[in-house]
Amino acid sequence: MIPLLLLLSAQQQVQAQTDIDGLFMEKNFFCIGPTIGQSSWKEYWEGTNKRENLNLGRVRTTTAMVMGNYGVTDKLNILFGVPYVKTKAGAGQLAGQKGFQDLSFFIKWIAAEKHIGKGHLKGILIGGVSTPLSDYTPDMLPTSIGLKSKTAMLRLMADYQAGNWFGTLSGTYNFRSNVELDRNTYYTTQMHYTNEVRMPDASYINLRAGYRSTTWILEAFADQWKTLGGYDITKNNMPFISNKMNATRVGVHIKYETDFINGLSFVADAGTTVAGRNVGKSTNYGGGIFYIMDFSKKKKTDKSSK
Amino acid sequence: MKKIFLYSSLVAIAAISLMACSKQINEVNMSYPAIDPVRTDANAGTWKPLLLTSPSEFTCPAPIATASPDYVLQLNEIKSFQDDITSEEKALVKYWGAGAVLRWNEIMRELVAKHNIPPYQNPDGTYPIPSAANPLAYPTFPFANPPYAARAYAYLSAAQYDACIAGYHYKSVYNRSAPFKVDTLIRTLLPKSSLPSYPSEDAVVMGASVELLKLLFPGDQDYIDQRAAEHKRARLISGANVRSDLDAGENLGKAVAAKFVARARGDRAGAAVGNPAIWAQTEADCVARGEIPWISQETPKRPGMLPLFGKVRAWLFDSATMVNAVRPGPPPLTGSQEFKTELEEIYRYSKNLSSSQRAIAHFWADGLNTYTPPGHWNYIAANDFALLNFSEARWARNMALLNISLMDAGIACWDAKYFYYNPRPSHMDSRIKTVTGLPNFPSYISGHSTFSGAAATVLAYIVPSKAADYMAMAKDASLSRMYGAIHYRSDCDKGLETGYKVGNYAVTKGHLDGAE
Repeated sequence: MIPLLLLLSAQQQVQAQTDIDGLFMEKNFFCIGPTIGQSSWKEYWEGTNKRENLNLGRVRTTTAMVMGNYGVTDKLNILFGVPYVKTKAGAGQLAGQKGFQDLSFFIKWIAAEKHIGKGHLKGILIGGVSTPLSDYTPDMLPTSIGLKSKTAMLRLMADYQAGNWFGTLSGTYNFRSNVELDRNTYYTTQMHYTNEVRMPDASYINLRAGYRSTTWILEAFADQWKTLGGYDITKNNMPFISNKMNATRVGVHIKYETDFINGLSFVADAGTTVAGRNVGKSTNYGGGIFYIMDFSKKKKTDKSSK
Repeated sequence: MKKIFLYSSLVAIAAISLMACSKQINEVNMSYPAIDPVRTDANAGTWKPLLLTSPSEFTCPAPIATASPDYVLQLNEIKSFQDDITSEEKALVKYWGAGAVLRWNEIMRELVAKHNIPPYQNPDGTYPIPSAANPLAYPTFPFANPPYAARAYAYLSAAQYDACIAGYHYKSVYNRSAPFKVDTLIRTLLPKSSLPSYPSEDAVVMGASVELLKLLFPGDQDYIDQRAAEHKRARLISGANVRSDLDAGENLGKAVAAKFVARARGDRAGAAVGNPAIWAQTEADCVARGEIPWISQETPKRPGMLPLFGKVRAWLFDSATMVNAVRPGPPPLTGSQEFKTELEEIYRYSKNLSSSQRAIAHFWADGLNTYTPPGHWNYIAANDFALLNFSEARWARNMALLNISLMDAGIACWDAKYFYYNPRPSHMDSRIKTVTGLPNFPSYISGHSTFSGAAATVLAYIVPSKAADYMAMAKDASLSRMYGAIHYRSDCDKGLETGYKVGNYAVTKGHLDGAE
């Protein structure tokens, strides 16, 4: 899920009801499904200088993920994601890496609602945490599958819908824990005699808007991740986890709720990085299938018919 | 439901606040204890220097008397510092109190790490070569790769050692008391040394270090001067030295250093880059022997790192000894069954590496933007020496033995690399991808193994109680290169063996220097 990982490979996202939209599962409904996506870049920003690296070629990151969303109430959802990530450099000698990345968990709550004009405004509060699921190394960027930081985030969101048209704006603060390396010294802009790396926190802004009906969601988004601190990759150096990684991206998202199987939906995404610093100029696409299950007691008997 | 939300929120808030306040990192080098030697080594002026013809080769003028008005002014300078001491100044005193050799070694490690980045290619696919004459222009000088770094640490430590010998010699000659002995109103913020304070041992080390650092890292002169000024200030504030102790020490250190600078200018390292004709000849010689030569696997192809570093003048043996007694025998022929077996072993590591093996590969990688393997061994030594209460002179002597062995290990290793010009595993089997950065020079013998074999041998001699630990570390450092899929077993085994040999030359020197 986007803000949790932003490597040189700027992770793609595939969305259904996620931590980044204004949609909610109804009480006792559970939506789950797999997604798969790929992002890749050939050019990257070394500080502010855009360049290629002939010893990396095109760096690809493939992510397979299971995401779930449960309606505790109509206004309170919990969500999780479990990603498996694989990286590969298209040139050079460096081996790609793979493994389970970071488990994420969110609570999403409609804190306030109001009818304004012809539409409906929701004020949403989202809290989330993530933690690495395997002992992958974060110290081999850009082929590392993650940054290995434990994170916590707080997000404020406003979602407005009038008829079938909507817009959602959110701002996020990401707390990032220190990360431990396999080595006991490292250099940033100075020497450090510790295996611990202080990770700068990060902010994230996401704006999305489009058409939303019970069958279709067609939306465009723009977002911006900013690392609050960190330093630039020096010339011809390799990237490091505490670099100042910034990225501005645009993309589209489509969701189709089928009418032939109740509760089955398909999603597809595509996006591209339009500006950045110490990140890859990545393009991503992906898709997923979701299925909604009804755990509400009153409808229990109906479940099998779905 | 409200309860669930309440509890979850509490957990989230607790997690966030926990993370927000646990970011403080305590770095190992900031907690070294103040130097407080068990043996003062007052006789260090009689130890055998590396280059000086005698401890009095360079003069150190007689100090002014402690009863003179000038000296009283110098005492007052200390008092004025101590009267309104700030917490920042206290921290400075504590930092430098850990030892001059230690801190200047650390400064060099930092500069090595900063400069250990290979130049970016020219538009035509060739590579620019850093120039000492124009160190701030890209590519900045130096590219502090492992051979460059090994040589840099060696010159720094060697100069510090000879400067200490000269300094301790004049301490005995002039026998001027420390300021806190002359005037009991001077406080001492560091353990009291019983040695005469003129010339200051800290300042001789500082003076020598500044000269060598400026030679080796000419683009960082401002930083080096700033650290030197800080060091002097810390000594004054601490009450351990008056200004004339420091000035005399600094001048003596600089004079001694000039001898090492002269040696460095003539040790053939400046020509180690070679030229296109030499690069072609090395490859042709290998082909003529019927072997598959090393090739650069970088794009564009980068000339091998410092092909003539094996010709640099060593400290412990002459070039004939190196060829006849130190150079390892040939690696398995690339067409042999033995070679195939070794290659297959590396392929297996590249396919299947346990997480502990991967951690070893990364712990010892010491690649780009690090202090290099010689720097890693300097760090290991410094961490252990810091707890052993060595005198400044003994620190210098031990670091000198370590670092001349590391430089000579680098020379012997580079000699073998370009003499045999053996290809890397990823060249011979394209299925092999590496877990760590692939070095851009021939495979046989492993640099990490050679450096580590030499360092472990010297450290085992200096700290016998940890001999087994050092040998185990060297073995790990060596194996890490097979785990990284960049070296064959022969590279590692013969590298260690060659390193042990080089280390033993340094141990023999240690037996004869009068410091035991």
